[in-house]
Amino acid sequence: MVEQALAPEVLEPTVANRQPVITLRGVSRTFGTPPSALARFAERFGGAKSKPTIVHAVDSVDLTVRKGEVLGLVGESGCGKSTLGRIIAGIMPPSSGEVLWRGRRLSELSPRERRAAKLRIQMIFQNPFASLNPRASVAEIVGEAPRIHHLIEGDEGAYVDEQLRRAGLDPSFKSRFPHQFSGGQRQRIGIARALAVQPEFLVCDEAVAALDVSIQAQILNLFMDLREQLDLTYLFISHDLGVVEHLSDRVAIMYLGRIVEEATVEEIFSRPNHPYTQALLEEIPRIETQKRAYTALKGELPSPLAPPPGCPFHPRCPNAFDRCKMEKPALRDVAADHRSACHLNDR
Amino acid sequence: MTAVLEQTAGVAASSRRGAILSVRDLKTYFATPAGEVKAVDGLSFDLRAGQVLGLVGESGSGKSVTGFSIVRLIEPPGRIVGGEISFKGQELTGASLEEMRRLRGRHIAMIFQDPMMTLNPVLRIDTQMIEAIQAHERVPIAEARARARDALGKVGIPSPEERLKAYPHQFSGGMRQRVAIATALLNQPDLIIADEPTTALDVTIQAQILAEVQKLTRDTNTAVIWISHDLSVVSGMADEVAVMYAGRIVEAGPVAEVINAPRHPYTAGLIGSLPSRNRRGERLRQIHGMTPNLLDLPEGCAFRTRCDHADEACRREPGLFARHGHVHRCFHPCREDA
Ligand SMILES: Nc1ncnc2c1ncn2[C@@H]1O[C@H](COP(=O)(O)OP(=O)(O)OP(=O)(O)O)[C@@H](O)[C@H]1O
Ligand SMILES: Nc1ncnc2c1ncn2[C@@H]1O[C@H](COP(=O)(O)OP(=O)(O)O)[C@@H](O)[C@H]1O
Ligand code: SF4
Ligand code: SF4
Ligand SMILES: [Mg+2]
Ligand SMILES: [Mg+2]
Repeated sequence: MVEQALAPEVLEPTVANRQPVITLRGVSRTFGTPPSALARFAERFGGAKSKPTIVHAVDSVDLTVRKGEVLGLVGESGCGKSTLGRIIAGIMPPSSGEVLWRGRRLSELSPRERRAAKLRIQMIFQNPFASLNPRASVAEIVGEAPRIHHLIEGDEGAYVDEQLRRAGLDPSFKSRFPHQFSGGQRQRIGIARALAVQPEFLVCDEAVAALDVSIQAQILNLFMDLREQLDLTYLFISHDLGVVEHLSDRVAIMYLGRIVEEATVEEIFSRPNHPYTQALLEEIPRIETQKRAYTALKGELPSPLAPPPGCPFHPRCPNAFDRCKMEKPALRDVAADHRSACHLNDR
Repeated sequence: MTAVLEQTAGVAASSRRGAILSVRDLKTYFATPAGEVKAVDGLSFDLRAGQVLGLVGESGSGKSVTGFSIVRLIEPPGRIVGGEISFKGQELTGASLEEMRRLRGRHIAMIFQDPMMTLNPVLRIDTQMIEAIQAHERVPIAEARARARDALGKVGIPSPEERLKAYPHQFSGGMRQRVAIATALLNQPDLIIADEPTTALDVTIQAQILAEVQKLTRDTNTAVIWISHDLSVVSGMADEVAVMYAGRIVEAGPVAEVINAPRHPYTAGLIGSLPSRNRRGERLRQIHGMTPNLLDLPEGCAFRTRCDHADEACRREPGLFARHGHVHRCFHPCREDA
């Protein structure tokens, strides 16, 4: 009897206790920026001089993505979502901090293990056309990587057909070239190409943003179907909160390179803690049947070239107080499975 | 009153009273090597002063070509091949280019998705704004400058006096769009045509701009055609909405009616596929098939190959069915109570 009471409890496989696939510890990424083309152009005609500076695109991010979950990543343009996505996908090294793959530092892995880990994470981009080689046929685009990496047992043609079918494309299209397809079909080609290397993790960066409304729903459904069929894990980057709410298990909100809030989708949408999250939720365009008064968050997203001291959100925050101007709030637990970086939680 | 009307002479004539803009059976075609693209193919609607009409549709449905046709900025191989555009009683399809230029800066303003279509990158903001005023009115510089400053203030640019001295590149995308809007408003136009002006902007900045445009229409009674692919944005902004598909308006009416009780299967499909209209985590209802190729449309109803209601009748072209100012082009519309 005593023994029974001591037996380890069998846990439900909730998201919280699944194995981490990717863990970020204090990950930062900086860029030195040359002046923009427009600025250079204006300068030539006597405009103000612009000087090169350092951008903190991603600033000390701690984040875990667990097996089988969809983590939505939301934030305003330029806040660092794509940079973070690229670091997670292993196609851009962080300037500092650690990336752990299944609990092991990437730097600890052997070159072979690292290559294998990299294949297991694939990225899907916003502009499907730019990411497809215009001179390669669909069969070449989809078959190339798995052939190089010896992932195909048996006939390559049959293998490619299977990937295309999974992505919702008719295999009879496979000798065609990217320009012969619509935007939605090109995105499907990109998805088939990613699936062909048998990934377990997809980083989708604004993957439906460029698609027509009626096609968006088709591709979102495809992502949901693939998740079921292949037990995929997703980082889903999107500026569209409605889409993120629909797809995600957990949501991370980013502001000026930092994660300011992270929680389950239910928590974020029903009990947002951070004033920035609250403001974002306020402003989602929702389908209305009568005119609504748009109220606007004051001010602009500050330049990441000169982030404000203290809490980076303080110049726009309706609740800011003295401490916010001086001290950067840390991301801390505010409830179970819910973290937020705001001094109000200490009051 | 309805924005889109049956094209019978009687209805049209009566509706034009009070309308600041009246478009009838507009057709704008592009002669391309692959064939004639009927980008806008028989479009009709009316707009009153102070009214906001949301023009929605997917890319290629003809929204921008509609906007450019009204201000006569269609360039070859494009051509307005038919129809009437009556603005404050003046017929625009036959107006001279000189006359159109006068109207554009003064009475009709256009705002584009890319604010740099309005702004000149090498000129200071004050220089361009003063120029925009003096092009249409003999006003002393000091007065023009004051008006420019007030316009910047109205669209929510902080410290407008200092900002007047800046160049466009010194503003963020959202601010640049607001400067473009302020420039468009300088001469207090009667009609603004806004072509996806917030599509490239973040939700926070989009909300600011929507708030400002709303205030403006209230304060100055300016009529607005708000072009967008996003039904959600339009629904919170507009009085009436018109849904375009393959160069035609397939449904139009007061926002509440169209959103609550869409009649056209395409409109119903668009609304039904929005994540907010579906249960979290479940597959979305979706419209099947691809967006149409204007060079290869099915005969009859252009939506036929994607439509669940389609039958033999749809091989003919559906006319315009109207009831209480809610119009649609469909033989088998969705039920009103559905
Ligand atoms: N290769 C680069 N060189 C210089 N600066 C860069 C580079 N890539 C990104 N940045 C800067 O880093 C910051 C974050 O960029 P990132 O592309 O990650 O933003 P984002 O959140 O994906 O934005 P969006 O929503 O517009 O895609 C921005 O200020 C950007 O200008
Ligand atoms: N200069 C042009 N030459 C040929 N076709 C054009 C041109 N401009 C627009 N079109 C065609 O007209 C149709 C409608 O375009 P547009 O009004 O820009 O669509 P949207 O609804 O996305 O604004 C599209 O099929 C487009 O390809
Ligand atoms: S820390 Fe202060 S400024 Fe930052 S979000 Fe919280 S209240 Fe606002
Ligand atoms: S006319 Fe026919 S095909 Fe066209 S939308 Fe109506 S039911 Fe569908
Ligand atoms: Mg990005
Ligand atoms: Mg357009």
